[in-house]
Amino acid sequence: MSENKKSCTFELVKGIIKENPVLVTLLGMCPTLAVTTMASNGIGMGLATTFVLVCSNLVISLLKNVIPKAVRLPCFIVVIASFVTLIEFLLKGYIPALYDSLGLFLSLITVNCIILGRAEAFASKNNPWKSILDGLGNGIGFTLALFLMGSVREILGSGQWFGIDLHLPVTMTVFIMPAGGFFALGVIIAVVNKLAKKAPPQELGCAGCPNAASCPTYTKKDEGGND
Amino acid sequence: MKSMLVILLSAMLVDNFVLSKFMGICPFLGVSKKFDSAVGMGAAVTFVMACATLVTYPIYTLILVPLELEYLKTVAFILIIALFVQIVEMFLKKAVPPLYKTLGVFLPLITTNCAVLGVTILNIDSNYNLGQSIVNALGAGLGFTLALVIFSGVRQRVNAADTPEMFKGVPATLIAASIVSVSFMGFSGMFS
Repeated sequence: MSENKKSCTFELVKGIIKENPVLVTLLGMCPTLAVTTMASNGIGMGLATTFVLVCSNLVISLLKNVIPKAVRLPCFIVVIASFVTLIEFLLKGYIPALYDSLGLFLSLITVNCIILGRAEAFASKNNPWKSILDGLGNGIGFTLALFLMGSVREILGSGQWFGIDLHLPVTMTVFIMPAGGFFALGVIIAVVNKLAKKAPPQELGCAGCPNAASCPTYTKKDEGGND
Repeated sequence: MKSMLVILLSAMLVDNFVLSKFMGICPFLGVSKKFDSAVGMGAAVTFVMACATLVTYPIYTLILVPLELEYLKTVAFILIIALFVQIVEMFLKKAVPPLYKTLGVFLPLITTNCAVLGVTILNIDSNYNLGQSIVNALGAGLGFTLALVIFSGVRQRVNAADTPEMFKGVPATLIAASIVSVSFMGFSGMFS
């Protein structure tokens, strides 16, 4: 029993730090770069993605014996897209300001490779309870990474944090522009991996991507990590 | 009414999908290592973007709007794109084997490329008509190709350079992308 409990905690915690989807496995880069001009947007995007991730992991895990293997990707995508539509409605109704600032990227949660990656690599092989924990862990990890990016860019770029003016002597507007997004992410990945005393990732993390098998840049070496 | 040329150029340069809208970052970082694969991926994405627009636009205006099902567009579009990519792959394999050889490996990757879904939704959100939508999709695809091709050149230099140990690999690549993105900022405000 305690063994079982331990593995559940592991499923939850691994996505937060050790296998952080953004900073360690480098998945979901598009929203990470696009919506993090403000810390609050980062958290909003992170929570919306967490919601979709947990729900789709649960449903896919429940349906894993029903979905034929050959058409599993379209099935996963439909499940994910339905939850994305749901969260779009919820945000539009209850938090319209966030809905407006996330814009197109809310719909694009559908093609976030973290969600499809977790569905393919984890939820389609594990029981519902573990899949929820896995989704929750990865979602929290994603939210934390987005919050970090958003804070750095908002503080350096506009001298504010959650809209509160920090009265900084210098602000660098470039950080809230696209170029600053790439720069901030590059530096954060380097620093995080330095702190973790690891070599920075040399390749894009393709292990979680459902298309990895047919990808020209993917090598088979990482296979089997999640089974 | 914006003219076609303005739509084409602004989708390509001013609102470059990769460097200023952050769509399709995964292939941008993953497939830009070699010039040849950058061109192949760019061509495949451009082709799928234009065709996906050609398919999704009528479905939205002729089926979803009359039935008042506009909110289903995310679900409908991603399914159409997934189906379409599958069909294109089978068609190319049978009918045009040389083209399949060059583009084939990239096609399955495109289904989950957010740039393709992004451009089809963007066309609807900006109220473009069919012609404008296709021009916008072509511009976006060409801009994607341009960014990939430019970056494949930059990247070879970055890989050869002596970067600090903690920045080697992806961090250095991202910082190089930031500098390329600065150069595209020069286009902003060109058509306003």
